Amino acid sequence: MDIKIETTVESKLGTLDWKKSPDTHINLKNSGADSPCATSCKDKPCTTVCPAKVYEWEASHRKVIVNYENCIECGACRMLCPWDNITCDWPGGGMGVKYKYG
Amino acid sequence: MAEEPSYDAIVVGAGPAGLSAAVVMARAGLKVVVLERGEYPGAKNVQGAVLYSKMLHEIVPEFWKAPDAPVERPIVEQKTCVTTEDSYVTVGYKSLKFLEGVPNCYTIIRVHFDQWYAKKAEEAGAEVFCGVMVRDVVKDASGKITGIRTAEGDELTASVVIACDGVNSIVAQKAGFIDELKPTEVALGAKEVIALAPGVIEDRFQLNAGEGATMEMFGSTSLGMLGYCFLYTNKESLALGVGCKLSDYQKKGLRPSDHLEYVKQHPLIKKLISGGKTLEYSSHLIPEGGYKSMPPLAADGFLVAGDAAQMTNPAYREGSNLAMTAGKLAGETVIEAKKKGDFSKATLSAYVGKLKKSYVLSDMEDIQDLEEHVEGSPGFLEFYPKLACELAQLRFSADGVPKREHLKKALGMVRERGFLRVARDLFPLRKVAI
Repeated sequence: MDIKIETTVESKLGTLDWKKSPDTHINLKNSGADSPCATSCKDKPCTTVCPAKVYEWEASHRKVIVNYENCIECGACRMLCPWDNITCDWPGGGMGVKYKYG
Repeated sequence: MAEEPSYDAIVVGAGPAGLSAAVVMARAGLKVVVLERGEYPGAKNVQGAVLYSKMLHEIVPEFWKAPDAPVERPIVEQKTCVTTEDSYVTVGYKSLKFLEGVPNCYTIIRVHFDQWYAKKAEEAGAEVFCGVMVRDVVKDASGKITGIRTAEGDELTASVVIACDGVNSIVAQKAGFIDELKPTEVALGAKEVIALAPGVIEDRFQLNAGEGATMEMFGSTSLGMLGYCFLYTNKESLALGVGCKLSDYQKKGLRPSDHLEYVKQHPLIKKLISGGKTLEYSSHLIPEGGYKSMPPLAADGFLVAGDAAQMTNPAYREGSNLAMTAGKLAGETVIEAKKKGDFSKATLSAYVGKLKKSYVLSDMEDIQDLEEHVEGSPGFLEFYPKLACELAQLRFSADGVPKREHLKKALGMVRERGFLRVARDLFPLRKVAI
């Protein structure tokens, strides 16, 4: 299905503020060459559904990159991962996304 | 003899459920603390947002009359639109009755609202601490929950902990009340707040100054997924949102931000938002597992309310009102428990009884099979919007064909799916007709 994208997710994310945490709150349980991302996961729903485009498949390195700074803390990724390979906690108290309207 | 706990109640989460509980308990003289992980109340919260007045009025009487009332526009017109790609049928109701007495509902901006409501809790005597991440609950040897532990490792003790920490409730998970939710039990919502001048909004939605309207869209705009889209009028902005089952986004491999882009192109929406500048994009999960996937609501020293307990009624776009009522009832239950000096599960379970007597659990019980019904009927989400638009096309066309032929054609369309099947499809919808 073709959707005409006038405003990309990146520019939508540009409307937001974060109190950036120096530490990631998202980890892949296995991010190595033998990870399910590299060996078994065809659809990689984290890379196609995450509303903040936190997850990107880097084909050249055969791994999923985690841009945790983009996270808007919906928690969908943990449920989306068919291989239960994502741990997504909250950022520390006061850290992370700061909605102005919500 | 165990040490006296520091608080009567620890409320985790400064949203509609938690703040309602806090206001009610603090007013009765209980020692209450609200812990919020956001930098300020509302920082993590997203809602459409329509606020039903009656439930808040029962806690903060005539809140809409205060000069600092956290409301945008009182809603005088509500529309439901059924869409195909190039057409739509609208059913709407507009009435000034919505403004009489306790006005039915207002649009709100959640971040403003939560900050206002947190102030009300503080005025009532509750402490509200922001930037505090609760990491775990603390239990005694008997398993009774006696407090919480923060991410920094600090422990706070209380006679009762109320988990109001939203859809991904860490507190309810750590207490052993819920497992990780499944993609079939939640909807993923995404929204844009789009700036427009008040006069433009009023012209486009045919409103008197200050009044508001809501629209929900079903059909093609959901791209075959279970869910709907909405457009609400704020004072100086519109809220355009999409929300569909997470498992459906997963199957489609669709990002909700791109779903929003699709909806913006629909002829129904395009003109209404034209020229508007997006102020903010947001996304959040909505618990939609419903009645069947609710956790136990009470345990020794523990209660759960709001999204943390899956309290939403998506068929009626209700949620924050359920949260407020549940928070209030939880608060009242704790006040009674304090009088008895007994915070056991047996005493706190009065909360469940109160919820059952209220609309909260009655409504959730009544709609519990609806999603399954729609999903269990293949083609439901495509057939009916298309049928509605095709019937309307016939009804409103003069094409030189005798009307009796139109009627035959219309019956033919229904026959295609089967009269009995249509009856079976539609009969259960009576529960959401009124």
